[in-house]
Amino acid sequence: MTVSRRDFLKISGASGGALGGLSALGATLAPALARAQELRIKEAKTTPSVCPYCSVGCATLVHTVEGKIVNIEGDPRSPHNEGTLCPKGAATYQLHVNPNRPTQVLHRAPGATDWEVWDLDRAMSRVAELVKKTRDETFIERLPDGTPVNATTAIFSLGGATLDNEWNHIHQKLLRGLGIVAIENQARI
Amino acid sequence: MGSNMAENHPVAFRWPMKAKMNGAKIIHVDPRFTRTSAMADIHAHIRAGSDIAFLGGLVNFVLDHPRWNSEPFFRTWLLEYSNAPFIVSSDFQDAEDRDGVFSGLLEYKGGVTEWPLNGFVGSYDGKSWQYAGTATGATGEPAAQTAKSGETGPSNRPHDAGAAADRGTGDPRRAAPPPGPPFDALVRSLKKPPPRRDPTLQDPRCVFQIVKRHFARYTPEMVERVTGCPKDLFLKVAETLLENSGPDRTSAFVYAVAWTQHTNGPQIIGCAALLQILLGNMGRPGAGIMALRGHASIQGSTDIPTLYHSIHGYLGHPSVLKRHRTLAEYLASETVATGYYANTPKFMVSYLKSMWGDAATKDNGFGYGWHPRILGDHSHLPMFVAMDERRVKGMLLIGQNPATSINARLERRAMGKLEWLVVKDNWVHESATFWKNAPEVKSGAVRPQDIKTEVFFFPSAQVAEEEGSFTNTQRMLQWHFKAAEPPGDCRGDLWFTYQLGKRLKALYASSTAARDEGFQKLLFDYAPAAESERAKGGPDPHRILKEINGFLTADPGQHLKGFGELKDDGSTTCASWIYCGVFPAPDQNLAARKQPDPPGQEGGQLQWGWAWPANRRIMYNRASADLQGRPWSERKKWVWWDGSTWTGKDTPDFAITRSPSAKADPNGIGMDALSGTEPFIMKTDGRGWLFVPTGLVDGPLPTHYEPAESPVKNPLYKQQSSPVLKYWKHEGNSLAGTGDPAFPHVITTYRLTEHYLAGAMSRWNPWLTELQPELFVEISPELAAAQGIRNLDFVRITSPRASVRAKALVTRRLRPFVIDGKTVHQVGMPWHWGYEGVVTGDVVNELTALVADPNVSIHEGKSFVCRVEKA
Repeated sequence: MTVSRRDFLKISGASGGALGGLSALGATLAPALARAQELRIKEAKTTPSVCPYCSVGCATLVHTVEGKIVNIEGDPRSPHNEGTLCPKGAATYQLHVNPNRPTQVLHRAPGATDWEVWDLDRAMSRVAELVKKTRDETFIERLPDGTPVNATTAIFSLGGATLDNEWNHIHQKLLRGLGIVAIENQARI
Repeated sequence: MGSNMAENHPVAFRWPMKAKMNGAKIIHVDPRFTRTSAMADIHAHIRAGSDIAFLGGLVNFVLDHPRWNSEPFFRTWLLEYSNAPFIVSSDFQDAEDRDGVFSGLLEYKGGVTEWPLNGFVGSYDGKSWQYAGTATGATGEPAAQTAKSGETGPSNRPHDAGAAADRGTGDPRRAAPPPGPPFDALVRSLKKPPPRRDPTLQDPRCVFQIVKRHFARYTPEMVERVTGCPKDLFLKVAETLLENSGPDRTSAFVYAVAWTQHTNGPQIIGCAALLQILLGNMGRPGAGIMALRGHASIQGSTDIPTLYHSIHGYLGHPSVLKRHRTLAEYLASETVATGYYANTPKFMVSYLKSMWGDAATKDNGFGYGWHPRILGDHSHLPMFVAMDERRVKGMLLIGQNPATSINARLERRAMGKLEWLVVKDNWVHESATFWKNAPEVKSGAVRPQDIKTEVFFFPSAQVAEEEGSFTNTQRMLQWHFKAAEPPGDCRGDLWFTYQLGKRLKALYASSTAARDEGFQKLLFDYAPAAESERAKGGPDPHRILKEINGFLTADPGQHLKGFGELKDDGSTTCASWIYCGVFPAPDQNLAARKQPDPPGQEGGQLQWGWAWPANRRIMYNRASADLQGRPWSERKKWVWWDGSTWTGKDTPDFAITRSPSAKADPNGIGMDALSGTEPFIMKTDGRGWLFVPTGLVDGPLPTHYEPAESPVKNPLYKQQSSPVLKYWKHEGNSLAGTGDPAFPHVITTYRLTEHYLAGAMSRWNPWLTELQPELFVEISPELAAAQGIRNLDFVRITSPRASVRAKALVTRRLRPFVIDGKTVHQVGMPWHWGYEGVVTGDVVNELTALVADPNVSIHEGKSFVCRVEKA
C-alpha cells in the first residue's frame, strides 16, 4: 500500500470528511502511513545532496528507484539541520518531479507571437554564433588615449547565486576570456 | 536586525532557539512584528530605513556607560585590538561639524565617455579621512577587504571615485612600479609610515575622540525621534546587549538583505561592526556579525565572482579607471604592504596562470595584457539602463528573473530592446515570456510584433540531477552528488557553459586577429576521463574544483594544501586563493566530507564540508584570546597560544608560530609588520576599524541619512540623504520628493518561508502554492481605518514608478510611527508573485526604483514611499 499524506487528504475529502476518510482506509491508519513511507524508500538508493533554496546549506538525502527520484528528505547526520527541513526544503521533490516542468528547448523568433520547439544542438550553435557576432561588432581594444580595454559591454550575463561554484568558475572564466565584463548575479540585489 | 530569520532561514533559526532554551536572550529590531519577533525576548520596532540612528544610539550608550569605561576587557579591546588610538589627518572634518557632509565632497566627474552610466550624484575625495602622515593617493589604498559588506561581499573602492587622479595615464610624476617577479621590491615600495597613536586616547584627533564626538547626539531621545522606537524600549535593548558582552558572554548580530538594500547599506553593517569591536564581540564563539545570505550558493558566486567588480577571491577587477595598464601597475595599485594582503602578487599571478597556463609567462606579465578591463559600473541597475539605451545587444540569463526585479516595468522594457536573450532556467518564468505574457502586453500597450528580441529557453537540470558544490552562508563548501539523470533536453548549467565555450573555441580557432589571441590561449578543457561521461558532453566538476584549488604548475598532480604555498613567479596555478586547500590531493575533495563530530563532543564540526579560508569556522579568532594568548574565559575558549603554537577548537587565524609577545617590525612587510597581539590580519594595521580611513566611498563613519525617498526630513542633519548615493535619472524612474503628499506611506518589501524570490522555484510547486497562494499587503488597523480599508479588501499600492493591486491584510503586526512629531504609516509587501506559475499576482518590484548605495550598487528595496488606497 502506497498512500501519501496528500493522497490521504484527497481520499478524506472525497469521502465527505475526516471520519469517512478514516473508515475508508481502516482504523489503523497512522501505522499504515508510516509503513507506506518506509516502503517507499525501502529498495531505494540514497544519494547525499544539499537544499537548493536559501543559504543555510541543509543537507538532504535523495532516494531513487531505478534512476527515478522517489523521495527527498533531510540528512540526519548534518550538524546544520540534523535531518530537519523547512517547507521549501521539504518540497524539493516537486522541483524534480512536477508535471509543469519544461523539458524542451524553445525559440522565439524576432517579432513572433509564440514559441517554437527547437533542437538542443541547433539552439546551442545559434547562441554561440550570436555571442561571437555581438562580441566582434562591439569589442573595444583601447580607449582613445591608448589605455587597454580588451572588452565589450554589449553582452550582459545575469544570474548564478543558486548555481554551483564550478559553474560560476567556468562561466566567469569563459566570459572574461572573451572580454565580456558585465557579469552579475543575485548577490548585487 | 535587518533579518526575519525565523521566516527566511528557519532551519538555522533552530540554533538561536536552542540558545534561548539555554538562557540566551533574542532581541529583534525590525519595522514589523514577524515570526522572528514572536520568538524574541524583546521586539523593538523601528521605522524602515532608520537602522543607523538605532545602532548609533547603541554606540553612544556604550561609550557613556560606566561599566564599559571601567572594565579592563573593554579597555584592552579598545587600545590593542581596535584603531581607537590612531591619529587621523588634521584635514578631516566630521559630518557632525558640516551638517551631514564629510570633508572632501566634490561634484562627480569620474568615468570615461564610453561608459557614462555610473550613477553617482556626487563623490568624495577621501584623502582627508586617512591617518595623519600616511596619505598617498586620491582616495587611499584600494586593497580588497575581507569583511562582508552586504550581499555583494567585499567591495573595493568603486572604480571611478577619484578615477581621473588615480588613472595616472600620462602623469610623468608617477614612476613605474618596480618590476617582478619577485614582487617583494614592489610590495616594499608601497610601505607607508605606521600611523601615529595616542595610547591615552585623549588627543582630539585620535579615532576614539572622533567617534565619541560623532555619536554624541545619538541619544535615546534622538533614537526615539528618528526611529519611532520608544526611548525605554531602546534602553532595554542597549542594557541587555552590554550586559551580555564581556569576557564570559558574547552577543552576535544577524542581518540579511534588510541591511543591504538601502542607499547606505554597507554603513549600516559598518556601524554594527564598530559596536561589536567596542563590545569585544569579534572573532569569538557566539559573537560577530552574521550575514544570512539568500541563495544556496550566493556566497560562492561572490567568492567566485559572477560579479563585475572583482575577480577570484576578492581581488579587484582590472579597470580603465585605475592605474592598471600593466601587471606591475595593477599590483602596485591593488596591493598593500602590511597585513596579509601583502601577498596579493602571489594570488594574482597564480590566478593568471589558471587562465592562460603555459601561455602566461614572466615575459608577458603572465597574460595580464589579455585580461579585460571594466569601464565603470557594470552592475545590475546601470546595465538595464544601458539596455534601455540599446547599448546592450545580448543577454545570457541563467537562473535569474529580472522581469520581476527592480523597477520591473523598466527592466522589461529594456529587455524588449535586446537583439537576443538566452534564458536558461528550470521554469518558463516571467523573463522568458515577457514578450508574450507581461501585463503591458496583455493590456495591448505593447505588441509582441514590435519586440524584435530573439529569445531562447533552455530547460535546466535540478540540483539532484547535477554534481557540484555550493558555498553556504557560513562560507562552507558542501558537495552535492548526482542522484538521477535530467529528463528530455534538460541540461546542467555546467553542460551549457562548457558546450557554449567549446563551440566558441571552435569558431575562433582559425582567427588571426590579435584581439582573439587571449581567448584562443584561454584554458578551457574539463573533459571527464571516463568515456561514458565524456559522451554526455558535460565537463568533470572535479577538474574544475581542482583548478580553483590549485596545483604546482609543473605537476598538476601535486595539489596545493593551502594559500601559504602560493608563489608570485608562476610556479603555482590557483584560480582562487581563498579556496586553496579544499582539494589538497587529487583524491581528497574536502567539500564532499559528511562526518559530523561525535555525539557529546560537538566542536567546530571541522570534518563536515570545508569552510574557506583554511577550513576556519570563525574568522579573526586570534581575538578569542587575550594579549598573552590565553582564552578570555573558560566559557568562551576557542583558540589559544600553548607556549609554542596557536591551537584550539578551530583553525587558528594567525601566523601559527607567531608568539603573542612578538613585536611589530617597523620596517617589515606583510605579517612582520603586525605584532603578536594584532588579530585583524587582513587589515593593514591588524586592528578592527572603528573609523574607516580607506575602502568606503560614502564616509569614514556611519551617519544617519534618510532613504532616497522619505516622508520626513532628516531630523539629525540638513543633508537629507547620502550626498553620494547612486541614482539613474531615466524615463520611468522618477523619485518622490521629501514629504510628497501624493506618496505619504513608507513601504518595505520582504520574503515568506513558503516562497522563494520572485517565485520561479516555488510558484510552480503545488505544495508551496497551496500554503501561500496569494499576494497581500500588510496594513496597520490605524491606516486601514484612515483609508476606509477592511481586511481582505483589494487595495491599490502606487509609487512614482507603478501601481499594483493586492489583498489587504489588516494586522497589528504593522503599526504607525511618530517621527519627529509626525505620524508616519508603513506597509509591507512580499514580492514573490508574477504572471507565470500555478498561482499568479502583481509584480511588487514594479514599485521600486533604480537608486543605490555608492559602494556596492545595491538598490533600496527596503524603504521607499507609496500611496495605499482602496482599489
